[in-house]
Amino acid sequence: MTRSADAAKAGALLFAAAILQAAILDRIRIVHATPDLLLVMLVSIALLRGALFGAAGGFFAGLVLDTADLGMLGLTSLLFTIAGYWIGRYGETTGRDRGHAPFLSVAVVTVLMAVGQLVLHFMIGDHVSARLVLLDALAPGIVLNLLLTAPVYALCRRLFRPLLWGELAPEVRLLG
Amino acid sequence: MGVLVLLSLALITIYFRESQNGFLHRTQSGGATILRPFEVGANRVARPFEDVYGYFHGLAVARSENARLRSEVRRYRQLYAQSASAVQENVDLKQALRYYDTAKYPEGYRPVFTSVASRPPAQFDQAIVVAAGRNQGIRLHDPVVSSGSLVGEVTKVTSSMARVTLLTDAEIAVAAKDVTGAAGLIRHGQGSGDSLVLDHVTKDQIVHKGDMVVTSGILAGRLRSLYPKNIPIGLVTSVGQSEVELYKLIQVTPFVDFSTLDSVAVLVSKKPAPQLP
Repeated sequence: MTRSADAAKAGALLFAAAILQAAILDRIRIVHATPDLLLVMLVSIALLRGALFGAAGGFFAGLVLDTADLGMLGLTSLLFTIAGYWIGRYGETTGRDRGHAPFLSVAVVTVLMAVGQLVLHFMIGDHVSARLVLLDALAPGIVLNLLLTAPVYALCRRLFRPLLWGELAPEVRLLG
Repeated sequence: MGVLVLLSLALITIYFRESQNGFLHRTQSGGATILRPFEVGANRVARPFEDVYGYFHGLAVARSENARLRSEVRRYRQLYAQSASAVQENVDLKQALRYYDTAKYPEGYRPVFTSVASRPPAQFDQAIVVAAGRNQGIRLHDPVVSSGSLVGEVTKVTSSMARVTLLTDAEIAVAAKDVTGAAGLIRHGQGSGDSLVLDHVTKDQIVHKGDMVVTSGILAGRLRSLYPKNIPIGLVTSVGQSEVELYKLIQVTPFVDFSTLDSVAVLVSKKPAPQLP
């Protein structure tokens, strides 16, 4: 019951974030970069609710964004699914209860998303300027996303209960 | 996760390979129509904030913009005086010759004014999505203008929305000419800015800094859209040539600020679109 309520809340949050991203935030350009509310929201939910929520939420959020933007279906979903799953695993293991985890996750995922999108666009034959993506827009993009992290993560913490010990994946330990 | 990744890859593959009328494209079109009211709602909520920002931004740049516009008005007044008699002469001669032409801009086109519904991140996609589509008469490859200057062309149409690829996209090329007659192709310039280049202008043609570049109205080679003749594109900001290059190196600054587009007009031809033989 709680799990399905969490899923509904996560779905509603990601849907709202995708609409805001497509309708408003994608139009804002500050020093070549665009604040990515949807990515920050996905990272926050994945950190709090784990890998399964992260992957499913990422797929759903990417699909909504690609539909609203009339972009290539599946492209954003693919990257968001991987990002959501990976950050979810981090949240379940080493990242739990660490204050810097949301900020570190958002910064790292912003970089990986930029590289991932660049590679995918090259693979499907789109002309994308690597200089614009990696030199001009990346650093301001990280800063903008980090500015969004604190309020978005605080909102998600209020909406989602902390994971119980049984729901957390065990820490990775080296044996021997 | 593996299932979702495979599903994403399958979506990309099918979407990439299927035609504009394929199942996924039609599903996306339906989805976009469903999402549209939510986007309109979000825009309405954000509008007052955008207006406040626009007001203060306008105040900040008003003085310099005023000076620039005054000098432009002086320049265009001179140009108008020079060209008015030539235009009349041209009209008279065409009538006398019963000259057959393609649809003229702006008389031969019906503008569909529409707002910009969304724009994908500019570093990956030089495109915007507008809030009008097939239901408003928009067709694939229709030209799009803003404040009378060229913005790009329609590259995807759904019943209620259309995707417009901007001139700054590397895949777009427009047959264009300098007002003095030098003809070439407008393409996106090297680098990350919004600058354009007038390519394929042979070295014997004369182009000056400050010349206006307009569409030439020719459907050349593999170009997809017949942009009507004489839509302003931008001003020549530098002209150069080198021994090794076959053509002149001409940089053009577009009239349109692609980063602040709020509304555009899609030009729907009143005549059927011409096809290459």
